[in-house]
Amino acid sequence: MIIAYAITFAMGCFALALAMNLWRIATAPTIADRILAVDTMTVNAIALLMLYGAQIGDIAVFEPSMLFAMTGFIATVAYCKYLLRGSIIE
Amino acid sequence: MMYTLLELVIAGLIVMGGLFGLVGSWGMLRLRDSMQRLHAPTKATTIGVGTALIASNAELFILEGRFAWEEFTITAFLFLTAPLSAMMLAKVHLWQNTSSLSVPKPMGGDSWGVWAKGQTAGEAAANDPS
Repeated sequence: MIIAYAITFAMGCFALALAMNLWRIATAPTIADRILAVDTMTVNAIALLMLYGAQIGDIAVFEPSMLFAMTGFIATVAYCKYLLRGSIIE
Repeated sequence: MMYTLLELVIAGLIVMGGLFGLVGSWGMLRLRDSMQRLHAPTKATTIGVGTALIASNAELFILEGRFAWEEFTITAFLFLTAPLSAMMLAKVHLWQNTSSLSVPKPMGGDSWGVWAKGQTAGEAAANDPS
Protein backbone atom coordinates (compact mmCIF):
# COMPACT_ATOMS: atom_id res chain seq x y z
CA MET A 1 0.00 0.00 0.00
CA ILE A 2 2.68 2.47 1.02
CA ILE A 3 4.80 1.35 -1.93
CA ALA A 4 2.00 2.33 -4.33
CA TYR A 5 1.95 5.85 -2.87
CA ALA A 6 5.75 6.07 -3.06
CA ILE A 7 5.73 4.96 -6.71
CA THR A 8 3.07 7.55 -7.56
CA PHE A 9 5.15 10.26 -5.88
CA ALA A 10 8.33 9.21 -7.67
CA MET A 11 6.52 9.08 -11.02
CA GLY A 12 5.32 12.64 -10.42
CA CYS A 13 8.91 13.69 -9.64
CA PHE A 14 10.28 12.11 -12.80
CA ALA A 15 7.45 13.58 -14.92
CA LEU A 16 8.33 17.03 -13.58
CA ALA A 17 12.00 16.33 -14.32
CA LEU A 18 11.07 15.41 -17.91
CA ALA A 19 9.20 18.70 -18.27
CA MET A 20 12.30 20.56 -17.00
CA ASN A 21 14.46 18.70 -19.53
CA LEU A 22 12.09 19.73 -22.34
CA TRP A 23 12.36 23.33 -21.16
CA ARG A 24 16.16 22.99 -21.15
CA ILE A 25 16.13 21.64 -24.73
CA ALA A 26 14.06 24.63 -25.83
CA THR A 27 16.23 27.24 -24.07
CA ALA A 28 19.71 25.70 -23.97
CA PRO A 29 22.55 28.28 -24.28
CA THR A 30 25.10 25.90 -25.88
CA ILE A 31 24.89 22.72 -27.92
CA ALA A 32 26.55 20.63 -25.16
CA ASP A 33 23.68 21.61 -22.84
CA ARG A 34 21.17 20.46 -25.41
CA ILE A 35 22.84 17.06 -25.83
CA LEU A 36 22.99 16.73 -22.03
CA ALA A 37 19.26 17.51 -21.78
CA VAL A 38 18.39 14.79 -24.32
CA ASP A 39 20.62 12.30 -22.47
CA THR A 40 18.97 13.13 -19.14
CA MET A 41 15.58 12.82 -20.79
CA THR A 42 16.22 9.22 -21.83
CA VAL A 43 17.40 8.36 -18.31
CA ASN A 44 14.28 9.91 -16.79
CA ALA A 45 12.09 8.08 -19.32
CA ILE A 46 13.71 4.79 -18.25
CA ALA A 47 12.93 5.55 -14.60
CA LEU A 48 9.32 6.43 -15.47
CA LEU A 49 8.89 3.21 -17.47
CA MET A 50 10.38 1.00 -14.74
CA LEU A 51 8.28 2.61 -12.00
CA TYR A 52 5.17 2.11 -14.14
CA GLY A 53 6.13 -1.53 -14.58
CA ALA A 54 6.58 -1.91 -10.81
CA GLN A 55 3.17 -0.30 -10.24
CA ILE A 56 1.19 -2.56 -12.58
CA GLY A 57 3.38 -5.58 -11.73
CA ASP A 58 4.30 -6.26 -15.36
CA ILE A 59 7.80 -7.09 -16.59
CA ALA A 60 7.02 -6.27 -20.23
CA VAL A 61 8.48 -2.77 -19.76
CA PHE A 62 12.02 -4.14 -19.40
CA GLU A 63 12.67 -4.39 -23.12
CA PRO A 64 11.64 -0.83 -24.04
CA SER A 65 13.73 0.40 -21.08
CA MET A 66 16.77 -1.47 -22.38
CA LEU A 67 16.18 0.01 -25.84
CA PHE A 68 15.92 3.49 -24.34
CA ALA A 69 19.17 2.99 -22.42
CA MET A 70 21.11 1.75 -25.45
CA THR A 71 19.81 4.22 -28.05
CA GLY A 72 20.13 7.13 -25.62
CA PHE A 73 23.76 6.37 -24.86
CA ILE A 74 24.69 5.71 -28.50
CA ALA A 75 22.91 8.89 -29.67
CA THR A 76 24.80 10.99 -27.09
CA VAL A 77 28.19 9.52 -27.98
CA ALA A 78 27.53 9.74 -31.73
CA TYR A 79 26.50 13.40 -31.56
CA CYS A 80 29.53 14.32 -29.40
CA LYS A 81 31.82 12.40 -31.72
CA TYR A 82 30.33 14.17 -34.73
CA LEU A 83 30.92 17.58 -33.15
CA LEU A 84 34.47 16.71 -32.11
CA ARG A 85 35.76 15.00 -35.23
CA GLY A 86 33.32 15.83 -38.03
CA SER A 87 32.57 12.14 -38.55
CA ILE A 88 31.30 9.33 -36.35
CA ILE A 89 33.17 6.27 -37.67
CA GLU A 90 36.67 7.09 -38.86
CA MET B 1 6.24 -6.80 11.18
CA MET B 2 9.31 -7.69 9.14
CA TYR B 3 7.29 -7.34 5.96
CA THR B 4 6.08 -3.86 6.92
CA LEU B 5 9.63 -2.79 7.69
CA LEU B 6 10.84 -3.99 4.29
CA GLU B 7 7.96 -2.18 2.62
CA LEU B 8 8.90 1.01 4.43
CA VAL B 9 12.54 0.72 3.34
CA ILE B 10 11.56 0.12 -0.30
CA ALA B 11 9.08 3.02 -0.26
CA GLY B 12 11.76 5.28 1.23
CA LEU B 13 14.24 4.26 -1.49
CA ILE B 14 11.69 4.95 -4.24
CA VAL B 15 10.83 8.39 -2.79
CA MET B 16 14.55 9.17 -2.48
CA GLY B 17 15.10 8.17 -6.11
CA GLY B 18 12.31 10.46 -7.28
CA LEU B 19 13.70 13.38 -5.30
CA PHE B 20 17.23 12.82 -6.63
CA GLY B 21 15.92 12.72 -10.21
CA LEU B 22 14.06 15.97 -9.62
CA VAL B 23 17.18 17.61 -8.12
CA GLY B 24 19.25 16.49 -11.11
CA SER B 25 16.97 18.15 -13.65
CA TRP B 26 16.50 21.22 -11.44
CA GLY B 27 20.26 21.60 -11.16
CA MET B 28 20.57 21.43 -14.94
CA LEU B 29 18.29 24.47 -15.13
CA ARG B 30 19.74 26.41 -12.20
CA LEU B 31 23.52 26.07 -12.26
CA ARG B 32 25.46 28.93 -13.89
CA ASP B 33 28.23 27.43 -16.01
CA SER B 34 28.13 24.73 -18.68
CA MET B 35 30.68 22.59 -16.81
CA GLN B 36 28.71 23.04 -13.56
CA ARG B 37 25.51 22.03 -15.35
CA LEU B 38 27.21 18.78 -16.34
CA HIS B 39 27.37 17.74 -12.67
CA ALA B 40 23.68 17.64 -11.81
CA PRO B 41 22.28 15.21 -14.42
CA THR B 42 25.29 12.93 -14.53
CA LYS B 43 25.49 12.39 -10.77
CA ALA B 44 22.15 13.19 -9.13
CA THR B 45 19.97 11.74 -11.88
CA THR B 46 22.09 8.60 -12.16
CA ILE B 47 21.87 7.88 -8.45
CA GLY B 48 18.14 8.72 -8.44
CA VAL B 49 17.37 6.33 -11.28
CA GLY B 50 19.66 3.69 -9.81
CA THR B 51 17.94 3.89 -6.41
CA ALA B 52 14.46 3.68 -7.93
CA LEU B 53 15.47 0.73 -10.13
CA ILE B 54 17.09 -1.19 -7.25
CA ALA B 55 14.03 -0.54 -5.06
CA SER B 56 11.57 -1.77 -7.69
CA ASN B 57 13.81 -4.79 -8.24
CA ALA B 58 13.70 -5.56 -4.51
CA GLU B 59 9.93 -5.12 -4.51
CA LEU B 60 9.58 -7.62 -7.36
CA PHE B 61 11.87 -10.03 -5.50
CA ILE B 62 9.87 -9.82 -2.26
CA LEU B 63 6.38 -9.83 -3.74
CA GLU B 64 6.85 -12.36 -6.52
CA GLY B 65 9.95 -14.24 -5.36
CA ARG B 66 11.92 -13.92 -8.59
CA PHE B 67 15.07 -11.94 -9.23
CA ALA B 68 14.73 -9.80 -12.35
CA TRP B 69 18.07 -10.04 -14.14
CA GLU B 70 16.84 -7.78 -16.94
CA GLU B 71 16.26 -4.93 -14.52
CA PHE B 72 19.65 -5.48 -12.93
CA THR B 73 21.20 -5.34 -16.42
CA ILE B 74 19.55 -1.99 -17.13
CA THR B 75 20.81 -0.57 -13.82
CA ALA B 76 24.35 -1.75 -14.51
CA PHE B 77 24.22 -0.38 -18.06
CA LEU B 78 23.11 3.05 -16.85
CA PHE B 79 25.84 3.16 -14.19
CA LEU B 80 28.44 2.19 -16.79
CA THR B 81 27.37 4.62 -19.52
CA ALA B 82 26.71 7.77 -17.46
CA PRO B 83 30.43 8.61 -16.91
CA LEU B 84 31.21 7.90 -20.57
CA SER B 85 28.59 10.30 -21.91
CA ALA B 86 29.68 12.88 -19.31
CA MET B 87 33.25 12.59 -20.55
CA MET B 88 32.16 13.06 -24.18
CA LEU B 89 30.10 16.14 -23.26
CA ALA B 90 33.04 17.59 -21.31
CA LYS B 91 35.25 17.09 -24.38
CA VAL B 92 32.72 18.91 -26.57
CA HIS B 93 32.62 21.78 -24.08
CA LEU B 94 36.42 21.90 -23.91
CA TRP B 95 36.75 21.93 -27.68
CA GLN B 96 34.17 24.66 -28.15
CA ASN B 97 35.28 27.04 -25.41
CA THR B 98 39.02 26.57 -24.81
CA SER B 99 42.00 27.17 -27.06
CA SER B 100 44.64 24.44 -27.25
CA LEU B 101 47.24 27.15 -26.63
CA SER B 102 45.97 27.66 -23.07
CA VAL B 103 46.76 24.10 -21.91
CA PRO B 104 50.24 22.54 -21.53
CA LYS B 105 51.58 20.39 -24.35
CA PRO B 106 51.38 16.61 -23.90
CA MET B 107 54.63 14.67 -23.57
CA GLY B 108 56.26 13.19 -26.66
CA GLY B 109 55.52 16.02 -29.07
CA ASP B 110 51.96 14.89 -29.89
CA SER B 111 48.91 17.14 -29.85
CA TRP B 112 45.74 16.68 -27.81
CA GLY B 113 43.10 14.56 -29.53
CA VAL B 114 40.32 16.98 -28.57
CA TRP B 115 41.77 19.73 -30.78
CA ALA B 116 42.55 17.52 -33.76
CA LYS B 117 40.30 19.61 -36.01
CA GLY B 118 41.76 23.01 -35.06
CA GLN B 119 42.59 25.32 -32.19
CA THR B 120 39.00 26.10 -31.21
CA ALA B 121 35.64 25.74 -32.91
CA GLY B 122 35.91 29.23 -34.38
CA GLU B 123 39.48 28.82 -35.62
CA ALA B 124 38.68 25.45 -37.14
CA ALA B 125 35.83 27.04 -39.08
CA ALA B 126 38.17 29.86 -40.20
CA ASN B 127 40.87 27.38 -41.33
CA ASP B 128 38.42 25.15 -43.18
CA PRO B 129 38.90 25.86 -46.91
CA SER B 130 35.50 24.54 -48.02
